[in-house]
Amino acid sequence: MNSQKTALLNYCIALGDDSLTLGHRLSEWCRNGPFLEEDLALTNVALDFIGRARLFYSYAGEVEGQGRGEDDFAYLRDCREYRNFLINELPNGDFAFTMARQLMVDAYDMGFFTQLMQSSDPTLAAIAAKSIKESRYHLRRSKDWVIRLGDGTEESHQRTQDAFNQLWGYAAEMFEMADDEQQLFEAGIAVNRSALEADWAATVHAVLKAATLEIPDSNWAIGGGRDGQHTEHLGFLLAELQFLQRSYPGQQW
Amino acid sequence: MVGHTNSPETDRLFELLSSVVDPEIPVLTLQDLGVLRDISITDGEVKVSITPTYSGCPAMETMRADIKSTLAAAGYEQVLVQQNLSPAWSTDWMTENGREKLRAYGIAPPVKTNCGHPVGQIQCPQCNSAEVKLISEFGSTACKSLYQCQDCREPFDYFKCI
Repeated sequence: MNSQKTALLNYCIALGDDSLTLGHRLSEWCRNGPFLEEDLALTNVALDFIGRARLFYSYAGEVEGQGRGEDDFAYLRDCREYRNFLINELPNGDFAFTMARQLMVDAYDMGFFTQLMQSSDPTLAAIAAKSIKESRYHLRRSKDWVIRLGDGTEESHQRTQDAFNQLWGYAAEMFEMADDEQQLFEAGIAVNRSALEADWAATVHAVLKAATLEIPDSNWAIGGGRDGQHTEHLGFLLAELQFLQRSYPGQQW
Repeated sequence: MVGHTNSPETDRLFELLSSVVDPEIPVLTLQDLGVLRDISITDGEVKVSITPTYSGCPAMETMRADIKSTLAAAGYEQVLVQQNLSPAWSTDWMTENGREKLRAYGIAPPVKTNCGHPVGQIQCPQCNSAEVKLISEFGSTACKSLYQCQDCREPFDYFKCI
């Protein structure tokens, strides 16, 4: 494979990994939601993310041309081969933590997919056009929840503030370009993520303000997801996600 | 329906597939939904193009299987069901007939869009009141949200406009 093709393969895998890890985390809320409607909402959002992962992985398999398909990427790679942003793999925490993360990711996705729709790669542009319709909904919902919780009771306010304080430093890596990604951006295929930060910050800050929450200190940042360096949580996530295929290789429903 | 090559045979295939319904909203056919995009036939192989409503819609697999089995029952063994992502599905593709059937089934049909912005008013499918309140952005499936009518007090599903 030439270097641009390898870069595109890595790009698709990373985007698939972002979607799959967060989709899996959201699916863990199934039957644990605070009430029935919210349980349904969280799992429906999970489905959107898992659906996206399937599209990115299928395309990765096409780009690679070695016969690997969506299941191979999802079930047969280990932690160090996963390329997702760390924010997506963190455990759900309480409902406030889940919605705070959702706001940060949904705001990022809106900016990212808006740009990816312009990609010169028609498949990536088509996946982006599909995804943005869903992200618009996701963001509306996560905004509403953050405002409701932040501007709610003393306890819901405190829990939401704690969640943002814990999550804040995970935002930085969403705006750091990898070397091979830069090459794809110059070829008109990838998004320049470093240019998304200002709009992202404006969106998130406005919601925090409406929610009577403080903007957390941005004096710390953690990254490494795109290089395969993860928190200790990803291994546990993959253990559950991959168990069946690891124990019974090739098993089908 | 997007432009398909009309021939007596493709017309017959469309006719055959008019019996295939959305497994989660069985009053709607795939044509009503705008999910069935095109049918072509080359050297005995039928190619059916469908477009997903939502990326993670679990009903897509069932639709795919139902298309194949319906065509197989009519003697078409060589069938390829392919997924078209572009242009992305929009509720504006739902037919008038489909909207009416949804309403009669108790689901408020999606409002239409103008350049991506929703226009029009969501109405209660029971009493037609426009005094409705959003209960949850997501209802029983990814494509619906949950509302309640402030006049007749009935809760109802609304087919989201995207």
